[in-house]
Amino acid sequence: MSRGQSIDTDNTALLHDPDRETELLVGIAQRVLERAKAGGADEAEVSLGSSLGREATVRLAEIETLEEARDRSVQVTVYIRQCTGSASTGDLRPQAIDETVERALAIARNTQPDRAAGLADAASMATEFPDLDLWHPEDIALDDLVARALDIEQAGRDADSRIANSEGASVTTEANLAVYANSHGFVGRMRGTAYSQSCVLIARDENGMQRDYDFDMQRRFADLASAESTGREAARRTVRRLGAKRIRTGRMPVLFAPEVARGLIGHLVGAVSGGNLYRRSSFLLDAAGERVLPDWASLVERPHLPRGARSAAFDADGMATRESPLVDSGVLSRYVLSSYSARRLGLAPTANAGGVHNLELSGATHSFEELLAAMGEGLVVTELMGQGVNLVTGDYSRGAAGFRVEDGRLGAPVEEITIAGNLREMYLGLVAAGTDVDVRHNIRTGSLLVGEMTVAGQEE
Amino acid sequence: MYAQVLDSLLAPAGVGEKELELALGRLVSSQIDFGELYFQRRVSEGWMLEDGAVKSGSFDSDQGVGVRAVAGAGTGFAYADSMALPALMDAAGSARAIARAGGNGMVRVGQPRTAPTRYGSHDPVGGGESSERVELLRTIDAYVRSLDSRISQVSVNLSASHESILVAATDGVLAGDVRPLVRLDIRVLMEEDGRREQGFSGGGGRWGLSSVSDADFWQEHAREAVRIAAVNLGAEPAPAGYMTVVLGSGWPGVLLHEAVGHGLEGDFNRKGISAFADRMGEMVATEACTVVDDGTLDDRRGSLSIDDEGTPSAYNTLIENGRLVGYMQDRLNARLMGGRPTGNGRRESFAHLPMPRMTNTYMLPGEHDPGEILASVDDGIYAVGFNGGQVDITSGKFVFAASEAYRVKNGKVGAPIKGATLIGNGPDVLTRVGMVGNDLALDSGVGICGKEGQSVPVGVGQPTLRIDGLTVGGTG
Repeated sequence: MSRGQSIDTDNTALLHDPDRETELLVGIAQRVLERAKAGGADEAEVSLGSSLGREATVRLAEIETLEEARDRSVQVTVYIRQCTGSASTGDLRPQAIDETVERALAIARNTQPDRAAGLADAASMATEFPDLDLWHPEDIALDDLVARALDIEQAGRDADSRIANSEGASVTTEANLAVYANSHGFVGRMRGTAYSQSCVLIARDENGMQRDYDFDMQRRFADLASAESTGREAARRTVRRLGAKRIRTGRMPVLFAPEVARGLIGHLVGAVSGGNLYRRSSFLLDAAGERVLPDWASLVERPHLPRGARSAAFDADGMATRESPLVDSGVLSRYVLSSYSARRLGLAPTANAGGVHNLELSGATHSFEELLAAMGEGLVVTELMGQGVNLVTGDYSRGAAGFRVEDGRLGAPVEEITIAGNLREMYLGLVAAGTDVDVRHNIRTGSLLVGEMTVAGQEE
Repeated sequence: MYAQVLDSLLAPAGVGEKELELALGRLVSSQIDFGELYFQRRVSEGWMLEDGAVKSGSFDSDQGVGVRAVAGAGTGFAYADSMALPALMDAAGSARAIARAGGNGMVRVGQPRTAPTRYGSHDPVGGGESSERVELLRTIDAYVRSLDSRISQVSVNLSASHESILVAATDGVLAGDVRPLVRLDIRVLMEEDGRREQGFSGGGGRWGLSSVSDADFWQEHAREAVRIAAVNLGAEPAPAGYMTVVLGSGWPGVLLHEAVGHGLEGDFNRKGISAFADRMGEMVATEACTVVDDGTLDDRRGSLSIDDEGTPSAYNTLIENGRLVGYMQDRLNARLMGGRPTGNGRRESFAHLPMPRMTNTYMLPGEHDPGEILASVDDGIYAVGFNGGQVDITSGKFVFAASEAYRVKNGKVGAPIKGATLIGNGPDVLTRVGMVGNDLALDSGVGICGKEGQSVPVGVGQPTLRIDGLTVGGTG
């Protein structure tokens, strides 16, 4: 890979000299804000990103793809007498930047006034920028990524004779710089690295084929699980699905494994997010102060966790983030609001422009095995399919795969079934949470046991 | 199209045929099967109406070049957001890393390919005034609100894009395309007696803006969104269990996209990871079923003049009278499987690798009147609207979520039921198609297909179908 000097075409130096690339972005941000003001904007804001990534994928011990990704982008929003216009470009040359600002201004001259439009209050801008330990750059050669991917896949294929095929193993590295600036004079800089590895395997027996995977992602390359453990775990998860069958339609307790439990909490976040609230498209309208979870459960947003998946000192409006409960002992403490949605609703913003930053479920008391024992008979869901979640009504109906629970233990694999219920009742009907918390994700939760849902299938 | 795109896209970056040959020469070596440059520029625009006002609009512009070198089943890939020669040479050098040795070979660009154009030379982004778009959305909003007093929220989205691409490969492939795409979405929220439900309708295609601003077009979608919301206000819980399902014509063709379409994409079959792998020539559906993927339909959302590898789009039969007869292929997988590219090599953008993807996937009509099909059902459901679906191509399990459905008893369509997910097994669902209607319809042009993180516009269609056994995921 060559190291060109032209800042117009090459951001490969960002790994070694992130300050230089960041200040290049800051310089563009200032140009954008000046142009916007000169063009008649009362307020303006700009987000810029620059990232560098590498990915190696192998399949059946051969290289499948080697990819180098370099991305830069600029997103501009301007406000003229509370009329909003936005524009973006991937071309950072001055002429393209100026055209992008002109486009945003032209749009703002045509949109209609919106009393809620505009920047967040100047007084709410972040002033402290703690080191969140997100930047751990390493220049890892593609060859080394390939070698690791080969090791992962080999470990998976060697783990069990029923592994008949592979969809491959991948190792990726990513370095991201971001700048957000607005016409209050706020300039926020963020940087982070991410490393991931994954392995997707196919197992076969007389009943057919099954696929499953394992993965890991970390801010520090050295924190990644060993190649062996990712390969073997992928094999274990795949093989255990062999022989999956449907089950008879009925009502039963359903244990959401951590990999699907975080989606369940994600729907709760969606239902209390400003955009859905001001559109009246939520089953949790006006639910602040009401019980939404059992009293043993709390959700706390912790934006400053070292190396956290979504750790950030400021949100997408530049507002200072802070640790804050979302659900306290089962009662909804607040909503998830940007400055815009807060103004729409007549409430105070919660520094959640762009979403929540590291939401942690507390109140877990049981290990996964204890939860199985507690439920006795029922269903463990490890995979969900489809879009059958209606946040307007809370109606929930999705395709599922997982395992029977029999005599308090994990039983035979299950597939081609649906699980259905209403989210409001499912949340209130949570029986317990598991201590098997997956801390790699923005929503940090272990398994969640829902008291009863309708499972549809057919006895085979 | 090639000459036009060379002029409008590459010339401003200082790239002509000589520069193409230099970059291709850097890619070529005896170890690679082919190398390819994919230039793309896409501009898009969106306007959103909420609360009776067009409160935001956006304009996005992205351009760059994706460079790949293919050796056997391996691909080296790099991209740059600049099309100028230094970036091009740099990306070519990175992509060539797939081959251990490379040479600065000589490549001559070939003759540009010509293919029939499947859409007009509209520019839905550049044409017309912004004020006209804003006025259109306000007119639509007023019309929607006049239709039913129970409507509490209306949102209308207008999106348009205009894309130019140019493909040049070391083996002489040379082609260009210019693609318009426009879409209108109308969403309403209705409230009555404390209950809230939504309705959605939308449509579009590879059109100019004038097709969307035509009152007949948007009024139909406005009435449809309102009708669906009203139906859902009266919906009862859906049943749960295995039962007969009648699927309406048109958009319910998402069944075909999920149940068989993805499983017949060449990459999954070459790797032997599709539930349909090694089943070529076998019966996978009842004799009444013939399924095609057709990129040649004029002006459709999923249509292409050429795919993203320069292959002209085609009418490809996948299942003929129940028998599996064809896969959808891109260049790499066709070569490895000893077949030919079928015009299905697609990519989201220059920053993504192409792979076999669907265009417009539909089932040909059968002989039954839709009324006759419904009359034949003793106990089941009739689903006419869907939100979309998903498939596990290895196990074959697929889902799709109904957004408008009714109970059917003793041959009569009864009360509306709440949305429910339907789940089935791809390789055998079409073996339970009991009746095929004579009413083939294609969807209205809102489909987006996601695969390995890449989104592309697609179309689906089918006649009314009776499926004798599918699991319905209700609560009742």
